[in-house]
Amino acid sequence: MKVIIMGCGRVGAELAALLHREGHDVTIMDMAASAFTFLPDDFGGTKLVGNGIDQDVLRRAGIEEADAFISATRGDNRNAMACQIAQHIFGVPRVVSRIFDPIREEMYRGLGIRTINPTRVQSNLLKEVLEREDPESVPSAGPADAQTGGESP
Amino acid sequence: MYIIVVGGGKVGYYLAKELVVEEHEVLVIEGNAARCALIAEELGDVVMEGDGCEVSTLEKAGMGRADMVIAVTGDDEDNLAVCQVAKHKFAVPRTVARINNPKNELIFKKLGIDTTVSATAVILAHIEQELPTHPLIPLMTLKGGGLEIVEVKVPADAQVVGKSIREILLPHQSLITLIVGEDGSPRLPTGDTIIQAGDEVVAVTMLESEGALRAALTGSDGAPPEQSP
Repeated sequence: MKVIIMGCGRVGAELAALLHREGHDVTIMDMAASAFTFLPDDFGGTKLVGNGIDQDVLRRAGIEEADAFISATRGDNRNAMACQIAQHIFGVPRVVSRIFDPIREEMYRGLGIRTINPTRVQSNLLKEVLEREDPESVPSAGPADAQTGGESP
Repeated sequence: MYIIVVGGGKVGYYLAKELVVEEHEVLVIEGNAARCALIAEELGDVVMEGDGCEVSTLEKAGMGRADMVIAVTGDDEDNLAVCQVAKHKFAVPRTVARINNPKNELIFKKLGIDTTVSATAVILAHIEQELPTHPLIPLMTLKGGGLEIVEVKVPADAQVVGKSIREILLPHQSLITLIVGEDGSPRLPTGDTIIQAGDEVVAVTMLESEGALRAALTGSDGAPPEQSP
């Protein structure tokens, strides 16, 4: 699967390394080349410096052939706009956006974007940990903990 | 009208100033406190400090009763978010966005933003008007529906030269509204109007039919014109 990830912060870099290790064709973008230091040394995917809401840059990243697009920058508006471009202009089949603001997340989900809201996911996880009787049993990070919103691709 | 302007930079400031003169109820939302103080000093109590993409700020601003929201920050992604929140969270009847990268116009239109204004595109159009290599110039976009007014210069070798408007196959929802001859004299077109070389044709068309319209009016007999997307 060809995956484009926008935003090489901790999450973007971790995800890029994970997917690349599983054999996917990964391109990771960031506005600053310095962000790529988050990637492990053995990362063999493509790194691209550029603005993910610029359609020319997205084309250069190969969005026309991409199977999936994930936006994970720090900016909600930037993430949402990039995903909407990927979905509505380039018709990328799988598009996921990270949106921190729960209100905007709900709105974008209603508009048909698949969203992840770290604010809600993390506070639920933290609350869960607090409420657990046995303080030693901490939930393992895995797909079961991920809460995604929206059903349409 | 109650008009909310998001972004108190130069565009937002001068816009608010004009709107106040026209006796609209205006509120500028700006994140920078110093900018807010400056606007308040010049224009009075028409400014609110806050993040114009944040729903709580917009609630405080009375977005629910706004007749129009104009997003004029320097960032396209913020302007888009402001307009989408205004539309979908507050059902504001009319949203206007400033666009910095003219290529973003299509996504704004697709996402239902009513009006987009791109200074870059306007300046480009003015430059292109001077160049014979750009036969189609977008003049303005119309409210909703993806319609726009364009100007097409008919080259001497176009196959429409000498034909009447009735004989020309125009793309869907395209309409020739005015013809200006090479000598600068305007002609109101009817079905019988004959197109001449060098005519400037002003037409209404759908954004996506731009390429087809240009092809119809400028294509030569020899090679079939390419229809750009």
